[in-house]
Amino acid sequence: MSWLALSLSLGFVGLAAIVSRYQELGLEKELAIAVVRTLIQLTIAGYVLSYVFASQHLIFMVLMLVLMMGVAAQNAAKRGKGIPGALRIVLIGIVVSEALSLMLLLFLGIPGTPQYIIPLSGMIIGNSMVASGVTLNRFSSEFTLRRGEVELALSLGAAPKKASLSVIKAAVKAGMIPTIDSMKTVGLVQLPGMMTGQILAGADPIQAVRYQILVMFMISGATAITSLIVVLQGYLAYFTPEAQLKSS
Amino acid sequence: MLFSIVTGLNCWALNMKIELKNVSLSIQQDDQTVELLKGVSLEARLGVIHALLGPSGSGKSTLLYTINRLREIQGGEITLEGKDIRRINVFELRRRIGLVMQKPIFFPGTVGENILFGPRLWSKDNMTLVDPRHYIELVQLDPAWVSRDPSTLSGGQQQRVSLARTLANNPEVLLLDEPTSALDAQASEHLETLITHLCSERGLTVIWVTHDVHQAKRIAHDVTLLYRGRVVEHGEAKRFFASPSTEEGQTYLAGKLGGQL
Ligand SMILES: Nc1ncnc2c1ncn2[C@@H]1O[C@H](COP(=O)(O)OP(=O)(O)O)[C@@H](O)[C@H]1O
Ligand SMILES: [Mg+2]
Repeated sequence: MSWLALSLSLGFVGLAAIVSRYQELGLEKELAIAVVRTLIQLTIAGYVLSYVFASQHLIFMVLMLVLMMGVAAQNAAKRGKGIPGALRIVLIGIVVSEALSLMLLLFLGIPGTPQYIIPLSGMIIGNSMVASGVTLNRFSSEFTLRRGEVELALSLGAAPKKASLSVIKAAVKAGMIPTIDSMKTVGLVQLPGMMTGQILAGADPIQAVRYQILVMFMISGATAITSLIVVLQGYLAYFTPEAQLKSS
Repeated sequence: MLFSIVTGLNCWALNMKIELKNVSLSIQQDDQTVELLKGVSLEARLGVIHALLGPSGSGKSTLLYTINRLREIQGGEITLEGKDIRRINVFELRRRIGLVMQKPIFFPGTVGENILFGPRLWSKDNMTLVDPRHYIELVQLDPAWVSRDPSTLSGGQQQRVSLARTLANNPEVLLLDEPTSALDAQASEHLETLITHLCSERGLTVIWVTHDVHQAKRIAHDVTLLYRGRVVEHGEAKRFFASPSTEEGQTYLAGKLGGQL
């Protein structure tokens, strides 16, 4: 695609701006910032990626993965406001699920080159980010809702984990459901971004589909692991070492 | 002589199920330290009902929750049969000291599942589990209700199921936090009779929080009056109701001791 065609695509953004103005949504400034950020971030990403792909040094790939995980964790931790150590909790969840997924991918024979590892990791990390954000968010709202039930369980002699089990389950479930839902409608409602990109770039749709299936399966596992890790660390923040509820 | 002093002391110690010595608890609120309990001392005798009275906001619930260690004290000491509760495994402590909360709350599930919550924590295999119907009968409800949804019961029945759930842990001490505050007169008196009976039958030590002087008169052997986090009266119920020794005590019995907002 030529640069000219790309600049003309700004017309679509113009449409969004008109809607915003007409409906007095006041989103024009946000929109302008978003356009500039999209342009800059993706352009930089493109150049960085082509450099990393061309380079023989795996260190660049590793650096890039570290950066991706750091940004993702930072973003998801915002959902866990009020949970002490949310950033650390989310980071551990994302790193572990990324590591496990990568091991599995390499075991399945996916080449360990940046060209494969970075886009696949992007999808794992991105989805883990969303899952851990949703999980933390749900955990804290559900905990507030069921505080009485949790304290009742403590009063009967339950350990904190047992006392918050129903909250833990609800949060993990909330973290996993978006992935499961998208697995159920994929190909019917939407074509996933990765597959669309591959097909547009001229790849064989059948080949693209195979990778997509791999990616969907991988994401379902990765998000489940992330949610579980996040919640199993997160619940501890609500209790004292003497198995008492911390005051809210 | 020496012998009789020793046995005397021993007797006295055995008679005291729970003792609070100079207990204090404060919380941080908006950068301020708020003292909820200020040097509270009291004793609960073995096998009798002890009423904890006081206007609302005086710290009765907070005090009750320190005894099974749902709240941590910052000063003083609480002992169960002479042993500092901080030296008892906290889960075992909570099994031995049962609590019935002010409002009945239930876990999702049937009456029977709620009653089995405690026993399931302790039994290694489910084969030796107690029969929940036994505890339903104990609180004078129909054992056939074992599979009912607790939310379909009346307030008084719900509070009795809560009691059955606590009793299923086989506690030695029962902490009751205004269990009748949401019940009508008839349901309240039913629960009073039931608990009085259980107390004498099973030798339970009961600490019963109430703000109802008439109820305290009906049920209590001993009384503590708490006001703004301090003990203002502590002793035998008969003496307290006949002639309160403090001004606050007199004002409270006259129904004029105000609570905190
Ligand atoms: N976790 C808490 N945070 C803030 N204030 C509290 C907390 N727990 C209790 N209080 C306050 O402490 C005081 C005593 O409360 P409570 O023990 O419930 O009294 P009572 O049971 O006698 O009505 C009240 O003023 C209450 O608002
Ligand atoms: Mg209270």
